[in-house]
Amino acid sequence: MNQTEPIRPSPRVPAPQPLAFYGETVASRLLLGTALYPSPHVMSEAVRASGAGIVTVSLRREQARGRTGQRFLDLIRALSVRLLPNTAGCRTAREAVTTAEMARELLDTDWIKLEVIANDDTLQPDVFGLAEAAEELVKRGFKVFPYMTEDLSLADRLIGAGCRVLMPWGSPIGTGRGLANPQALKTLRAYHPDVPIVIDAGIGAPSHAAQALEMGCDAVLLNTAVARAQDPVRMAAAFATAIEAGRSAYEAGLIQPSDRAQPSTPVAGTPFFDLDPKGPGSEPL
Amino acid sequence: MNDPGLPMTDIHSSTVERVREITVNGRTSRTAAPTLGDLIVEQGFGDGRVATAVNGEFVAERARGATELRDGDSVEILSIRQGG
Repeated sequence: MNQTEPIRPSPRVPAPQPLAFYGETVASRLLLGTALYPSPHVMSEAVRASGAGIVTVSLRREQARGRTGQRFLDLIRALSVRLLPNTAGCRTAREAVTTAEMARELLDTDWIKLEVIANDDTLQPDVFGLAEAAEELVKRGFKVFPYMTEDLSLADRLIGAGCRVLMPWGSPIGTGRGLANPQALKTLRAYHPDVPIVIDAGIGAPSHAAQALEMGCDAVLLNTAVARAQDPVRMAAAFATAIEAGRSAYEAGLIQPSDRAQPSTPVAGTPFFDLDPKGPGSEPL
Repeated sequence: MNDPGLPMTDIHSSTVERVREITVNGRTSRTAAPTLGDLIVEQGFGDGRVATAVNGEFVAERARGATELRDGDSVEILSIRQGG
């Protein structure tokens, strides 16, 4: 064997597939939010530990004579990561489109994580406003990352509008409850095998992230689970490991669950196989 | 610009300077700035990167100088923050 050639465990295992959003290959399947950390330093260290290549940011009101935004931008640019601005807090398509335009000018990016929120308690996406905003933003040249429910008809509509990434929630933002509706996510995966699916929101533990990747979702977007952990930097690293494991497991091909037990040790050659268990020799010693 | 009946700070000035009552980031503000570009400088936003909208519509940086402010306008001046 040529020594420079990588060793593959089995010829049936496909080479790892790179992930790309709108034609841009991304190295990590973890996207990280930048909010809720105990300090800017911890945030920076958590981003580094996560290995994330893309982080999300928001737009908020600047204070007169303030330079808060500029200072934050300087901090985050030092991390050399791709920025994905969001439209968090927008309640209508119009608000979201305006915010997206403002983000594009500030960050010189046409990527936008589109959020149109319907309800204060659930932070559920307003699917109607979302579809309307996505259509308008695509017309204006944006590359839209829609924060959506896991509904297949909504996915079809968004893809029809020109979205080439889907970002269904796992469960409501900040709840940490994991994948509330894995069956619907499987359906999305099956119907849209070529559109990247990023689980956005609700992931609480590395096992949730691993589950998402194992079932074929392409990536996970996290914030609260890392930022609110007792040690955000270690948690960021833990998520990175879980996501890598989940993806490797998906590519390696998981076994199908079975209702019936099947012996893993070969049956052939089992000793005492031909003895009647109720017959001579079966009495207690 | 010369509508009669609107408040003026100096009616004798050759360049009439009107004070407008507008909303900036949700707060009522009185300003003599005739345009959005002037407002950004007047209120000290000129140093950092900000993005602007007037009455819910995006106004690009290059268009601020030509965007006249009117009484009752609602101006949003935003910058980048932490987000999820």
